[in-house]
Amino acid sequence: MSALDSLYQQIILEQAKARRGADLPNHQLAGEDLPAGTGQCHQLNPVCGDEITLRVETSGGGADRAVSGIHWAGDGCSISMASASILSELVVGLGAGEVQGMIDNFREVMRSRGKMQADEEILGDAAALSGVSKFPARVKCAMLAWVAAEDALRQTA
Amino acid sequence: MVSTSADHFHDGPLTDVEVRRIRNDFPILDQQVNGNTLVYLDSGATSQKPVSVMEAEQEFYEQRNSAVHRGAHTLAVAATDVFEDARSTVAAFVGAADNELVWTANATAGLNLIAYSFGNASTGDVTPEARQFAVGPGDEVLVTEMEHHANLVPWQELCRRTGATLKFIPIMDDGLLDMEAAAALFTSRTKVFSFTHVSNVTGVINPVVELARMAHDVGALVVLDACQSAPHLGLNVKALDVDFAVFSGHKMLAPTGIGAVYGRAELLDAMPPFLTGGSMITTVTMEHAAYLPSPQRFEAGTQPISQAAAFAAAVNYLSETGMDRIHAWEAALGQRMVAGLEAIPGIRVLGPAAGTARAGLAAFEVDGVHAHDVGQFLDAAGVAVRVGHHCAQPLHRRLGLSASTRASAYLYNTTAEVDAFLAAVAGVRPYFGITGD
Ligand SMILES: Cc1ncc(COP(=O)(O)O)c(C=O)c1O
Repeated sequence: MSALDSLYQQIILEQAKARRGADLPNHQLAGEDLPAGTGQCHQLNPVCGDEITLRVETSGGGADRAVSGIHWAGDGCSISMASASILSELVVGLGAGEVQGMIDNFREVMRSRGKMQADEEILGDAAALSGVSKFPARVKCAMLAWVAAEDALRQTA
Repeated sequence: MVSTSADHFHDGPLTDVEVRRIRNDFPILDQQVNGNTLVYLDSGATSQKPVSVMEAEQEFYEQRNSAVHRGAHTLAVAATDVFEDARSTVAAFVGAADNELVWTANATAGLNLIAYSFGNASTGDVTPEARQFAVGPGDEVLVTEMEHHANLVPWQELCRRTGATLKFIPIMDDGLLDMEAAAALFTSRTKVFSFTHVSNVTGVINPVVELARMAHDVGALVVLDACQSAPHLGLNVKALDVDFAVFSGHKMLAPTGIGAVYGRAELLDAMPPFLTGGSMITTVTMEHAAYLPSPQRFEAGTQPISQAAAFAAAVNYLSETGMDRIHAWEAALGQRMVAGLEAIPGIRVLGPAAGTARAGLAAFEVDGVHAHDVGQFLDAAGVAVRVGHHCAQPLHRRLGLSASTRASAYLYNTTAEVDAFLAAVAGVRPYFGITGD
């Protein structure tokens, strides 16, 4: 597989089109009056204009706190959009600590410059984004939704 | 250096044969990228450098390196000569006198120099002759909607600091300035009009003489961002009748770290300094300093000397090749790009349609594929282009986009390279599984 094909795997192109979780309504973009257990974050990549606003809903408290919903709105390249779509599928239903662990692992893979193979057991479909780590200019695109999710999740603690 | 046997060749564009010879002077162009021959179409961001420019810098360090304008030793004199000769060469290249050309780090630094100097003229006690540059509440600074952020943000900041109001001339759907709207925007309140000669996104070439006249008619000072014109057209600041002009060396075959501000001598000598310190003063006491006239007034601290030597080598290279011929060649490449892009399904070119004058560059949108992905695909084919907003977010917003892909040519690009670029672009939508028009 060429480096380009490993970057743009079929699953990524499909996810970029599917945009799962991209249903944050316009009136919630400002993130005002967030209900308890909900966090929201806006992330912008000034280099290319990729942009996402992502909302994390949680249920339960303390050790039982779990992600119950992800909703986002955004615009950007196929890598950033696919990444947001995959993230939305992956984390709903998982405990907050588990999600944070997943984000940490994903970040480590992305920063590895192609040296670290993603573990599908941990990252599921997001493992298909491993090819991005060989393209330093694109790591930010892949990380955009994850950074937003991390910040939003922190707000719910 | 380029030479042709028949004189009549010197009137028309460069020829493919000449361009192939020019390419030999740019060693970086001869390389493989991702298994393909490099096609460098990002000169609008920064140009490549000919051997003569690199040699000029090296020769300076091997033979003459020293501080300038101080010290009585032989090397200091030699370095000062190199530095001031370079100033004359670059000044002459744009039709300015020696004392009308100030070295800066780049165009951005040049625009900030002007804006900050005007800001300094607007606050506190200033000399009577500096008052002509003052702006404040009720005054307007005018720019255009097509500006690079470098020619927008410094003016926003000047207005914020002084209470003046920033206005802009809108553009039309084809990227051209709305001249009707412009006519209504020049009023007695307009104190400064700063605009780009050539858009770095649409390739639009603005009618500088006409715009400068409209500004002067209401008594405004005229600042020209010549970043995308000085490298590509024969520029004469006197014929264009602008009061200031800025450009960057690195976009015109010279190294990074040097650019220039042209200013009419009587204006530069009346303006308050921006950066202050050594090398720009006459007498300093513990309480007070008096300043040298232009250009030293604006050149505080140790200057980019080897870069100046190399900048002179760069404009010599351009002059010997012939700016008119370079411009004609690039215009042809630009038309070839636009015509070729328009023929590919799902591509929208920003700016004027094929057949209308534009600089040798083309920014475009690929329906269904984000610019970042377009750039990645082209890079895999060895084609280097720029993606993003190209530091012109308001222009992109006006055209309904957040990003685009831009190919920009220079004197060393061939028609075969433009064709290779077009062939690669034609492969983008199929690769990403997008069909239809
Ligand atoms: C029209 C225009 N103005 C200003 C600039 C800023 O030039 P520099 O980054 O060299 O200061 C650029 C460079 O991209 C440009 O294209």
